[in-house]
Amino acid sequence: MNLFILASLIEPAVGLIFWTTITFVLLLVLLGKFAWKPILNAIKTREKGIEDALASAENALNDMRELKSNNEKILAEARAERDNLLKEARDTKDAIIAEAKAKSQAEADRIMSSAREQITNEKNAAVAELKNQVATLSIEIAEKILRSELSSDDKQKALVNNLMKDVNLN
Amino acid sequence: MTSKINTYKRFTSIFLLIFSLFIGFSNNLSASEPQEHEVDATHVEADTHGGHEAHEANGPIDISAIALEHVSDSHSWHFWGEGHDAVAAPLPIILKGNNGIAFFMSSEFHHDNEGKVVVEKNGERFVMFEEKIYFANETANEYGQYVTLTAEEKEVSVSNATPLDFSITKNVAQMFISVFVILWIFISIAKAYKTQGVTSAPKGKQSFFEPLILFVRDDIAKGNIGHGSEKFVPYLLTVFFMILINNVFGMIPIGANLTGNIAFTLVLSVATLIVTNINGNKNYWSHIFLPHAPKAIWPILIPIEVVGILTKPFALMMRLFANMTAGHIIIISLVGLIFVFKTIYIAPVSVAFALFIDVLECLVAFLQAYVFTMLTALFIGSAVADHNEDGAHNSDDKALEAGH
Repeated sequence: MNLFILASLIEPAVGLIFWTTITFVLLLVLLGKFAWKPILNAIKTREKGIEDALASAENALNDMRELKSNNEKILAEARAERDNLLKEARDTKDAIIAEAKAKSQAEADRIMSSAREQITNEKNAAVAELKNQVATLSIEIAEKILRSELSSDDKQKALVNNLMKDVNLN
Repeated sequence: MTSKINTYKRFTSIFLLIFSLFIGFSNNLSASEPQEHEVDATHVEADTHGGHEAHEANGPIDISAIALEHVSDSHSWHFWGEGHDAVAAPLPIILKGNNGIAFFMSSEFHHDNEGKVVVEKNGERFVMFEEKIYFANETANEYGQYVTLTAEEKEVSVSNATPLDFSITKNVAQMFISVFVILWIFISIAKAYKTQGVTSAPKGKQSFFEPLILFVRDDIAKGNIGHGSEKFVPYLLTVFFMILINNVFGMIPIGANLTGNIAFTLVLSVATLIVTNINGNKNYWSHIFLPHAPKAIWPILIPIEVVGILTKPFALMMRLFANMTAGHIIIISLVGLIFVFKTIYIAPVSVAFALFIDVLECLVAFLQAYVFTMLTALFIGSAVADHNEDGAHNSDDKALEAGH
């Protein structure tokens, strides 16, 4: 083993230390300013962009989901509303029909009763009239009969006799 | 997490085992076959001046020396060829001598690495010996070398004085290239975000590096530091890609072994040491200087904790250096088998194993960048943690406060 060269291998050369120091510091400054700063900033901006895009996609998805559930809710509400309306309409129809029926029944009843009443009145009037007529006629007949019966004395006497015969004096 | 580290540890130990086997093996071979002399001319020429252990091994090629040279730093960028036929790119040499700064190209040494060619600048004379630059002697020794060599047992040392060497070596040059590549990659990625906008999917380079950036930011930084990790992400990213890109560059055949150089790993770990300690909060320091333990054992515990501040980055330094260097040494050792056995029939085995290790090194390139960054984040995390790690301490604190 060549110890002379081996020794030179692990003995740092002052020139190389000097140049490495200068070069490394220079490289650090130049790269830091012109390479790492823009590169790292660009990567960070891109990462932020990706993050934002993902977040906004997530938000959009959530919005969509919300919209969908909203739509469903609105649809369900509309359906319920429609059912409600239909039911109300049916109820109203039934009510109207029932009311109309009741009204017409009442009217019919009223008409019937008034007709009945009128008939009764008319009948009563007619009966009364008839009674009057009968009475008048009866009186006239009676007058005429009386006149004819009492036109001669014989007849008057006969009548009185006749009457007398009926009268049973007890 | 721990399983990953365990796997990595297992790999590392296998590496070291293979590595030590090969080093031992090649040395035995060189010792047992001293009669062999058919080696290339450069080495015979190099062997003639003696005095140096690497060159004493007449005959077989000293694979360990070549392997160590391969992973070491160099003053020129060598591509292929040996000696005067070598094809290499000259690199600037900058020396701080007694008379000020000397500046010249490495080609002025004419591929000399044995202290034979003297370059005179600012009235000072320099020679290069084993990739190290010394002040040259007035006169050459019997082998034409302008350095004073003293051999103690097997160790050869050079007693000449050395100037401060601030040369743009192969490692420094590669570091500059890698920095330009890193800046180009990440600044163009940053522009892509600006032009394409942040909402479009990443394209090209962006789609390869963005997951890595996110991995560092989310798994390494956020995972280990937690709240407030954003502040440290740029540092961790820089460390991660600096190591990763240079690990990959080191795997390219002519690339330099920068991340396997201790000076480089030293600077990175010192940076981690500084970042960790200037961000250390009250909890961190009280954990070190006021540990939750009986006062009797404080004299033992406090020095351990204080030393711990340094051992953590030291382990970082050694881990990256040793792992990357070991990987390179294994590959060159496997290729070196062909020359050790002096037969072409061993080549398929060498190539197969080297390919396997190469693929493994691809993994290690990422793994070591990850481990360094992850441990840095872990150290920072422990320094900035708001509460003590276990709730028991907190309840103790509350009980104490209630008691008072």
